[in-house]
Amino acid sequence: MSSFLRKEVTHLYRQCLRECRKKPAATQSHFRTFARNEFEKYKDVRGRDIQTIEHLLRKGRRQLEIYSSPSVKDIL
Amino acid sequence: MAALRSSSAAARVLAASSRPALRLQGASIRGFAQLADGAQHSTTAAEQPAKMKTFQIYRWNPDTPTEKPKMESYTIDLNKTGPMVLDALIRIKNEIDPTLTFRRSCREGICGSCAMNINGTNTLACLCRIPTDDNADTKIYPLPHTYVVKDLVPDLTLFYKQYKSIKPYLQRDTPAPDGKEYRQTKADRKKLDGLYECILCACCSTSCPSYWWNSEEYLGPAILLQSYRWLIDSRDERKAERMDALNNSMSLYRCHTILNCTRTCPKGLNPGLAIANIKKEMAF
Repeated sequence: MSSFLRKEVTHLYRQCLRECRKKPAATQSHFRTFARNEFEKYKDVRGRDIQTIEHLLRKGRRQLEIYSSPSVKDIL
Repeated sequence: MAALRSSSAAARVLAASSRPALRLQGASIRGFAQLADGAQHSTTAAEQPAKMKTFQIYRWNPDTPTEKPKMESYTIDLNKTGPMVLDALIRIKNEIDPTLTFRRSCREGICGSCAMNINGTNTLACLCRIPTDDNADTKIYPLPHTYVVKDLVPDLTLFYKQYKSIKPYLQRDTPAPDGKEYRQTKADRKKLDGLYECILCACCSTSCPSYWWNSEEYLGPAILLQSYRWLIDSRDERKAERMDALNNSMSLYRCHTILNCTRTCPKGLNPGLAIANIKKEMAF
């Protein structure tokens, strides 16, 4: 994976963790496991596969945008 | 429509309650007009030689993101299909491959949902006849230079965001003189002809090379046409602000009069002319 993409991915993960902290204390761990699972789901994507990674980044950003809304209080 | 829906729902309930094996039949009742059409044509189809046509359709599934997009071929008999490409797509989805994904709604060029790239031209599948003059395959792709959500479904988030940014609504402070409605002279109304018909199908914007390279900042022909529609509306009172918002090097002036927009517009509108008119208004 190019260093640029690697940075983008880690940045997205950091953003996710930061958003988790804004959630109610009781459900924070749910959000954290959800984020982690979402990333681990695609851990086998090859670094050369830039198109896929960029698509997953876009998808992840959109998911983050939706889940970071204050009306989302818990996640399964 | 309501009658159709209730009857098919009843059929499904029947199928589900009486015998689960019937469920498949119930599902096929739910289909579109093709079924009745097919039954009607079946007598003529027996006489006519089958007119087979192959469609090559772009397929990509977001659930398996590591798989590369591919073209899939479907061959159908045109004698049993409606005349438009959308009819063919619906038939393929109904009868051959239910996983084929595309947007469609009105099937008469009013909603702009089925915009796609057919044989290299952006158009609405519902307004595009299936080419019958040759036996060449018809190739169908999603709108070019858009992120694909799945198969033929493009992601138009940015397009809609840009549309929102031009404030596409009447902005007024003074109330109507008669307290009822904002009146307009016939001449003023006439200025909106050729602009209000735009259905925002995004065919023109996605055919514009300038929009391909600068879609983040350049508004693109569809949005500029809408922008002009509000600029010249005699009832709107924020003309100066609207002009001001366009007065930078990117929003408007990335248009280099390539005129792909006018050539491709499935509604026969002229976004190129609208943009030229905005430029004229800005200049003087």
